Amino acid sequence: MRIAVLSDIHANREALQAVLEAVERLRPDRLVLLGDLVGYGPDPGFAVEMAQKLAAAGALCVLGNHDEAAVHGPSGMTAHAHEAALWTRTQLSSEQCAFLAALPLTATLAGALFVHASARTPQAWPYVTDERSAGQCLAASEAALIICGHTHQPALFYARPGHEPVRFTPRRNLAAPLSALRRHVVVVGAVGQPRDGDPAACFALLDTERAEVTMVRVPYDRQATARKIAAAGLPEWLGMRLQIGR
Amino acid sequence: MEKPQAGTAIDGFTLTERLKAGGMATLWRATHPDETAPLVLKIPFFHPGDDVSAILGYEAEALIHRRLAGPHVPRFVAAGDLARTPYIAMEFVAGTSLAETMRRAPLPAAETARIGEAIAVALAELHRQGVVHLDLKPENVMMVGNRAVLLDFGLAHHVELPDLLGAESTMPMGTAAYMAPEQVLGDRSDPASDLFALGCLLYQMASGEEPFGRPQSVAGMKRRLYHAPKPLGSINAETPAWLEEIVRRCLEVDRGRRYADASKLAFDLRHPEQVTVARRRRVRPHGLWQRLVALFQKRDEQEITGAPTQVRRKAGPSIILTAVDLSEGEGPLAGAILAETSRLLAAREDSWLACITVLRTEIIGETKTVDAEGRSLYIKRLVALKDWARPLHLPEERVSYHVIEAVSAADAILRHAERNDIDHIVVGARSSSAVRRHLGSVSTKVVAEALCSVSVVRLKTGEPD
Repeated sequence: MRIAVLSDIHANREALQAVLEAVERLRPDRLVLLGDLVGYGPDPGFAVEMAQKLAAAGALCVLGNHDEAAVHGPSGMTAHAHEAALWTRTQLSSEQCAFLAALPLTATLAGALFVHASARTPQAWPYVTDERSAGQCLAASEAALIICGHTHQPALFYARPGHEPVRFTPRRNLAAPLSALRRHVVVVGAVGQPRDGDPAACFALLDTERAEVTMVRVPYDRQATARKIAAAGLPEWLGMRLQIGR
Repeated sequence: MEKPQAGTAIDGFTLTERLKAGGMATLWRATHPDETAPLVLKIPFFHPGDDVSAILGYEAEALIHRRLAGPHVPRFVAAGDLARTPYIAMEFVAGTSLAETMRRAPLPAAETARIGEAIAVALAELHRQGVVHLDLKPENVMMVGNRAVLLDFGLAHHVELPDLLGAESTMPMGTAAYMAPEQVLGDRSDPASDLFALGCLLYQMASGEEPFGRPQSVAGMKRRLYHAPKPLGSINAETPAWLEEIVRRCLEVDRGRRYADASKLAFDLRHPEQVTVARRRRVRPHGLWQRLVALFQKRDEQEITGAPTQVRRKAGPSIILTAVDLSEGEGPLAGAILAETSRLLAAREDSWLACITVLRTEIIGETKTVDAEGRSLYIKRLVALKDWARPLHLPEERVSYHVIEAVSAADAILRHAERNDIDHIVVGARSSSAVRRHLGSVSTKVVAEALCSVSVVRLKTGEPD
């Protein structure tokens, strides 16, 4: 099965549209939206509307911390995220809020566990950034393959019992193999706000038969998004960081 | 999986004959109804329920081998399911193992160079595919005529794949006798490590001895960071200076001074007359005081092995071929070709230039070899070629000059480029003319058929003719 995984869209319409075009060309069997549809970006209404359409067509969708903040109000967020969350709340219809509020924290498909932050306490939104947090994520689940997002930095962790997981940074547009002898955590890069130094939008294509995962990079008109961020009165840094991918 | 034996069928392959037992796997001759070529199955010793660490190396080997192609690796046919029936099926390579040839060492210098060149060509191809072998040794080289085939990718590193093997190991991985110093320290990503190993093979072929013995401990392996092997000439007095020089450049501990490209090493082994023998370096200090000073100045191990050679390879082409037409003297086009060559050379300080000019010969009739005064046209052209290149101020170890007598200049350039694994060709193109459009120009043919990048230099003109 080939599964396209879109994480951290963050209300970035231009990035999402470019990614969906790329997904269409790849013709995956399934689509998973890995949370954080909104927050930071200037088009939350569009992002949720697209997610609703995709979900109606069979896409799986899980909750992210920014989605939760848009519904219940932000808590424990950075200043920019907090400000953006408050603004996002004003942009969504009650029906869109209800869609977000009903999203589950995790989903399973083809034997893989999908969760926005980590399988370890999903509702507390811990980051999987290193070998240790990847190990904790794996320890909290039986699944051989866990797919998460949240860090905006693509990574792949290979684990076998009794050893600390091995971290690998997948190369752009190159399939990384999954090992038959190991369990894995795949951290998917962000569609709408990449932070790995590459400003191109990122999504993952998982191929369970070939046992491969590819971080696909899609360039998009990020200046347009930044202009909208400025026009909406959101913090300027949120538009600047899109230009440098940090 | 049951214990494999002759007649056992695995995924459509039928085992016919057991070849030998390696440390980690058995090798079997095998057949498959879809394959006409003779095959080999490599089957690791593994039983379901065993610790998987036994087949981790095998998994890495399957991942890398399936990505490799070309005449210098056994053709990959299939790999079995790891959990059920682990195996790798590949083409059977009928040839002579270098391990067998090595028993006759010391070999004549010409044979050492011929085998070394073949291995360097194979390594260049492997490195082009993003793979460092990291376990080059006589048992892993098969000679099929003049072609070297590299075997066993169990310790190899692929630039696009996670290095799970390296990440989980704290011990140096490789064969103690041939391992590069940086590999002893855990660096598994530099193709120059294979060139160090090839230097060890050359040394052994030329002398009959392994340059660093077979140390059993990490400390023993690290000796090679501080102690150079015995000079080749002291073991085999017949070793020519050029071979000693090539081996020395392979065995440089500091990668900044080692060959960075297998293709350049192959070139040197192919053209011993082009190898510039460096002046003897000063002998290491031996007095007590000097040894004490050296002890306290002992640098960090990582520092001794120098910067990875990737930086140099990324900077620019290693071997550049520039073809210049000097049949009518040096015109402005020759100057423009020189300027372009100079820019390419500047990209990388250890790059190397082959200057070529073609002395056209006739298909029919006698070709003139001397001018009206009886002077050799060949020598005259060589003098002109060296004079043309003089403004580049290249030291002699960075340049060679070739006057080639040929009917077709384009064919001569292409042949030279292909034979020497040139990275970049520079040729000139005269401005367009009806005759040239009709007959086709040298540059058009070179661009169409070259196996590497080509810069075509043309003088800028204001208007079309």
